[in-house]
Amino acid sequence: MSKRTFRVWRGDNKGGDFKTYETKVDPGMVVLDVLHRIQAEEANDLALRWNCKAGKCGSCSMEINGKPKLSCMTRMNSFGPDETITVQPLKTFPVIKDLVTDVSWNYQQNKRIKRFTPPTPRPEKGYVMYQEDVDRVQEFRKCIECYLCQDTCHVIRDRDGKDAFVGPRFMIRLASLEMHPVDTEDRIPEIRKEFGSGLCNITRCCTEVCPEHINITDNGIIPLKERVVDRYYDPVAMIGRKLFGIRKRS
Amino acid sequence: MALDASEIQTINHDVLVIGAGGAGLRAAIECSAQKLSTGVISKSLLGKAHTVMAEGGVAAALGNVDSRDNWKIHFRDTMRGGKFLNVWRMAELHAQQAPERVRELEEWGAVFDRTKDGLISQRNFGGHRYPRLAHTGDRTGLEMIRSLQDHGIHQGIDFHMECTALELLKDGDRIAGVLGYWRETGRFVVFKCKAAILATGGGGKAWKITSNSWEYTGDGLAMAYEAGAELMDMEFTQFHPTGMVWPPSVRGTLVTEGVRGDGGILKNSKGERFMFNYIPEKFAAETANTVEEAEKWLNGDKSARRPPELLTRDEVARSINAEVKAGRGSPHGGVFLDIASRRPADFIKRKLPSMYHQFKELAEVDITAEPMEVGPTLHYFMGGVRVDADSQMSTVPGLFAAGECGAGLHGANRLGGNSLSDLLVFGKLSGTGAAEYIRGLSKTPEAQNDQILAGVRRATDILKRDSGTNPYVLHEKLTETMQVNVGIIREKGELEKALEDLGALNKEAETMKAPGTSQYNPGWHEALSMKSLLITSEVVARAALMREESRGAHTRNDFPGEREEWVQYNVIVKKGANGMEVEKRKRPDPPPLLKEIAHAKIEDLESGKVGGGA
Repeated sequence: MSKRTFRVWRGDNKGGDFKTYETKVDPGMVVLDVLHRIQAEEANDLALRWNCKAGKCGSCSMEINGKPKLSCMTRMNSFGPDETITVQPLKTFPVIKDLVTDVSWNYQQNKRIKRFTPPTPRPEKGYVMYQEDVDRVQEFRKCIECYLCQDTCHVIRDRDGKDAFVGPRFMIRLASLEMHPVDTEDRIPEIRKEFGSGLCNITRCCTEVCPEHINITDNGIIPLKERVVDRYYDPVAMIGRKLFGIRKRS
Repeated sequence: MALDASEIQTINHDVLVIGAGGAGLRAAIECSAQKLSTGVISKSLLGKAHTVMAEGGVAAALGNVDSRDNWKIHFRDTMRGGKFLNVWRMAELHAQQAPERVRELEEWGAVFDRTKDGLISQRNFGGHRYPRLAHTGDRTGLEMIRSLQDHGIHQGIDFHMECTALELLKDGDRIAGVLGYWRETGRFVVFKCKAAILATGGGGKAWKITSNSWEYTGDGLAMAYEAGAELMDMEFTQFHPTGMVWPPSVRGTLVTEGVRGDGGILKNSKGERFMFNYIPEKFAAETANTVEEAEKWLNGDKSARRPPELLTRDEVARSINAEVKAGRGSPHGGVFLDIASRRPADFIKRKLPSMYHQFKELAEVDITAEPMEVGPTLHYFMGGVRVDADSQMSTVPGLFAAGECGAGLHGANRLGGNSLSDLLVFGKLSGTGAAEYIRGLSKTPEAQNDQILAGVRRATDILKRDSGTNPYVLHEKLTETMQVNVGIIREKGELEKALEDLGALNKEAETMKAPGTSQYNPGWHEALSMKSLLITSEVVARAALMREESRGAHTRNDFPGEREEWVQYNVIVKKGANGMEVEKRKRPDPPPLLKEIAHAKIEDLESGKVGGGA
């Protein structure tokens, strides 16, 4: 058992500062365990979110030594033996208190997306879909909504582009719908316009921070960008559209 | 300063659903389909409830992988797994309706793994005769909660996130509202409603080693108890056989039964496949008794019987416990769960990706190359609020319960996969039940101000006190006594010790102090949940003391084996004038046809000789 130094941001939407805690650390601990110990022993009112403690619910997102991470999956032995560990709330979202931020913007984005629309009526034994056709959709559906990708996305974080770009999480939500084998809805117009697919400049930072290792950029965002280009900027299709109207699906 | 109820925020709904896990979301979707104004409150953000941790799958007799399956066999498996203490009608409704509830999820966007024919694939699980669990890798719960969430947000339901219920408000006998508080601000809120649906899960957080997250503090159970509802079967707390045991910080975290369903085996420190030594008589006819036969089954031989690793959870958990006690445990006090030597690495990564990830990142164990160390962890409450099987209404008019916090479907032990189907089937039925109840109301019940103010005062006292007990320390003490004295193997002396400890903890709880303000203050939240935890723990201990036999998940050292007499009784707990009342209540006789199906030979059931007309 050794003592480690933690700098934890304490405050609320009016401001705050880092507070230092010297805390015992046992073998096998993750950052969330240490924060819980601080909370139980020194700071009962330290605000943080968590649930499953196994990387499955995406509640305990925070910035640890400057990197967006799940604190339940960040092991203490991933740091140097004397390294001070700095913990702060997600920068992209407004602070509520301590390590808790207001992520309600994300829930609003989800609501803007047109729902899954399968053909009706459903066949008696269920829709026929083959595994190879759902593999790519299942990759996107692994998302645990931790919003680390939203936090790290330059468009949202640095350029405060929340009005213009829906963010990586919802680009892959859109991809999971657009690539769903039986979905009949068309979301390409809004992916281009309201959801701002053109604003992503493919730096792949979102993919890098994804704790579920979803290939957000290459498998999700780029194919959506291609569908937008095919629809709106392909000269043959443009003539076709003039003659025959808009295609239902790209 | 005098409190004034009119200053407290009020929100009106026809029905308020408490909890946003699978049961709560499914209930809310049904309420909105019934044209009710529907609100949902959840302690966490939407989509984070414990349903996301469900891994293996949802049980439904779709018959996609083995066409011999049907609802009667699912029903029979459920009754046998529950040691015949299940509410017969609930087990019947569940087995009959689960397939439709699962297919309906596909309409709402769920993407389950597929069979070669492009239908929903199904995997083997403990206690299920046929491959029955629809699944998405080993993250089925996430798939389900996201599908319900993404569908639910377009149904006109009001989601109130990070809002905790404190008390059920009544007008006479009837439900009239719910008092709660916003976690963000600490402000109080009154939800005026004609009906409330509890979907709050269990109370695993009363134990030290548990798979449950912070939310599972028995809130719904305690609120129902305080409101006068009956709780049933509370002595049956499921210890899942396979939780992680190392490192200490993840002790108790769930390891899916899917590992065994997909071929994983349990071994002791001598390398023996010990489950062959623990096959109980009643499952002997349907369980392989040699390694050779078990291997044939794994290789798809339909004539071979199932390996003993897939016995029901109560049997496997007790066996692991016995091996460890006999000194044949693994280095950290569990046993070995080995899939590495059984399946190729790419198979394991494809079928069990989150297990691979979880062990790699949290324990530095590569499950494709080495065995896992596992041991029992408190996982699930079979018992809960006693409800009417068809409407899910409790003994309090207007109060409903669905999912884990309701009692009846699982009897003395739950089969894996039957929880996800439970919350779909009974979530929906609680919604129709609430709608019917509301339609029959002649006037809207009114919440009483004095009850509201008393609730607010109790909550704020914890903040206002100058000093007092640290709620985290109190919680720690509770988990210590429950772990030791109300554990997997129980006896009279220990249960009485638990009750004595609980008495002392109840006293200490009166002087809890949470430092800081009411704004997002986890210490205060912890203190407020202690009341629920203490009530729930006491109900479990008292019920466990009354049941003098060993059945399913309830094992009494001083009363070994099932006692014929006890299958005729449920233990009921309710609040009386002088504290907790515990009653041994006679069960009604089962309908003859259901009884015949549950006790039929599997061959007779498959051939249609029994239950053909059902």
